[in-house]
This record gives sequence, C-alpha cells and structure tokens, in this order.
Amino acid sequence: MRHFVGSIGAWTRQRIADIGQATVLFVRLVLLAPACLRRFGLVRDHMHFLGNYSLAIISISGLFVGFVLALQGYNTLQRFGSASALGLLVALSLVRELGPVVSALLFTGRAGTSLTAEIGLMKAGEQLSAMEMMAIDPVRRILAPRFWAGVLVMPILGAIFSAVGILGGWLVGVVLIGVDAGSFWGQMQDGVNVWSDVGNGFIKTVVFGFTVSFIALRQGFEAQATPEGVARATTRTVVMASLSVLALDFVLTALMFRL
Amino acid sequence: MQRSNTDVWVGMLVLLGAAALLFLAMQSANLLSISWQKTYSVYAYFDNIGGLKKQAAIKSAGVVVGRVQDIRFDDKNYQAKVELALDVQYQFPKDSSLKILTSGLLGEQYIGIEAGSDVANLVQGDKLQSTQSAVVLENLISRFLYNKAADGPAPSGSQ
Repeated sequence: MRHFVGSIGAWTRQRIADIGQATVLFVRLVLLAPACLRRFGLVRDHMHFLGNYSLAIISISGLFVGFVLALQGYNTLQRFGSASALGLLVALSLVRELGPVVSALLFTGRAGTSLTAEIGLMKAGEQLSAMEMMAIDPVRRILAPRFWAGVLVMPILGAIFSAVGILGGWLVGVVLIGVDAGSFWGQMQDGVNVWSDVGNGFIKTVVFGFTVSFIALRQGFEAQATPEGVARATTRTVVMASLSVLALDFVLTALMFRL
Repeated sequence: MQRSNTDVWVGMLVLLGAAALLFLAMQSANLLSISWQKTYSVYAYFDNIGGLKKQAAIKSAGVVVGRVQDIRFDDKNYQAKVELALDVQYQFPKDSSLKILTSGLLGEQYIGIEAGSDVANLVQGDKLQSTQSAVVLENLISRFLYNKAADGPAPSGSQ
C-alpha cells in the first residue's frame, strides 16, 4: 500500500518536473530570438532545410485536398441547387481549418521527425556534451536556430497550402465540373473576410509552428542516448505534435469563430 | 556580404509564401474592394432588422453601393439603429427609403435603397426617415393563419 501511494507520488512529481523543464526550455528558446537574428545564417540554413524541402509535399497535398474538397463539396451542394457556393466552401474550409491543420501535420511528419532524430543522434553521439565541454551552449547553438526556423517557415507553408488548395478547387470545380467561374470567385470574395478568416488562419499556423517545432526539439533533446531512445523520441514527436495540433486547433477555433 | 545559394532558395520560399498570402487576401477575400473605397455614413432606425448582419450589402437596383457598418439596439425608442457606409461615388436624395430584403428565398439579407425625389443629397451623419423592416417568416405565417380564421368559419366546426 505504502509502495503504491509512493509510486503515485513519484509519478506526479515526475510529470510536474517535466512540465517545469519544458517551460524553462520554451522560455529560453523564445528569449534567444535576438541572438538568432544576429546570426541569421544559422536560421536561414534550417529554413532552407525545413521549408524548401517541405515545399513539394505541402503543395502537392494542398492540390489534392483542394481537388477532393471541390468534388465532395460539389456532390453535396448540387443536391440543394447551390453549387455556385462551391468556391466559398472550398476557400473557407481551407483557409480556416484544413490549411493550418493539415500543413502542420505534414510539417510534423516531414520536418519535425527529422529535427527530433537529428538532435537525438547528436545526443547519442555525445556531440551535445562535447559542445558543452567547449563552453558552447547547445540550446543556443543547436536548438534555437532550428526552433525559430520552424516557427518562421510554418506560416509560409500554411499559406502556400491554402492558396494551392484553392487553385486545386478551382481546377476541379470550374475547369473539370464546369461550375460558373464568376460565381465561384464571386461567392468566395463575398464570404471570406481578410481579417477574421485569412488572418485567423494565419495566426493558427504561427501557433502550430511554435508547437510542432518545440515538441520536436524537446523530444530530441530529452531522448535517451540510445538507438531505441531516438526511435521512441521520434515516434513520440509525431504522436504528441499531431495531438497537440488537433487539440489546439479546437481551442483556437472556439476562441476565434465563436458566434 | 556573401550571398550563398541557400539565401536565394530561402528568399524564394519567403516570396512564394508572401505571394500565397497575397493571393488569399486579394483573390479569395477581396481585400481591395473593402477598404480602398471612401465612404460616407448615414443611419436609420428599423423596427425589426430580421437577420441582417454587419458587412451586409446595401444595394440599389441590384448594384452594391455600400455596406452595413454597425447595428445597435436603441433603448430610447426600442428600435434598431443601423449605420450604413455608402460609397462616395454614389449620391442619393435625402428622402431615399430603405428596405430590408432577402436574396433568394432563404438567402442573405441585405438593404435595398430606393432613391427619393429630394433635390438635396445625403451627407455624412444624415438620418434616413423612411424604412421598412425585414419580413419575418413567423409573423407572415401567423398573419396568414389569422386572416384564414377571420375569413369564414371552418367547415367542420360550424353547423
């Protein structure tokens, strides 16, 4: 009995310590923003790696999500004789929800895992300890540039995803199915608001950028310095980042689009 | 300062992102038509605005001439005070009348403005006197049923 209660206590204490360490790391990373700006070359290299190499998967997925949205949306809308609202449907679902969320999930899979694996292997190879030995702060030199690169790149990718998705919707809806182009764009322009729709979608991608980059880096940084440890950390990155993105999306939507 | 290849690629990525945002703002949300045009605002009281919302269109002869700027409830006379922002390029006489209309059977509500015959035109801050409330479907149905009942005794109830 005593042992049982003790284990509950230890578990709770461990969780609280985890939260504390994560917060400390997060605050340090955020405060290192000026240092990163001063040596922007490091951030730029990682933006190239995280951003440019994710561009293909982001834009192709965006295109296909737009295709499917237009097909499915047309099927449902034409039952009510309102196929002219197809543009509005495609644009709103992409800009508000699918753009930010799906691009964040793809970013997790494409870039977050590579961040975790890279940092984890550095730790397993004792490179991080070696840096500390040389009085170089690994958080400053390794983690912060990657973190800020991720934060900067995520909104760009989200915007590209939404824009390509709308073009995809146009391609299927107007070119293939034959919805009237004027009402496709007109209804869209009537119903989509720059600040409350496009702006809030943009804010979502920024929040997701912070979330995904931070979770990926922390999992790598806290990984056990063994091959299995790195493998487990990578898995955990995907699971935790995806769940956090979806949960945060619900919270943000509830805050932004309450009626 | 040395410009590496990476710089160019990252620069292109950033430009692409900016272009995408611009596309979303211009093509899908039509930023230009909302904020670039100068407007003058007038107001009017309505007994019932139905489902009218902010940013709803104001149309004359079917053409959008302005947007609803603000809707408030006035607790002095228990009416809805609606502020309208009309484009400067469209001038209307002072005795123009407003009607809340619905596009289609169940579509968005908008305000229709019909020109009056006054020689003076509306200016900033004017009040429009003649307004017609939104048609509320429930009121219409209840009036219809009431008239039906008043028309004549129901066939089954009378001897």
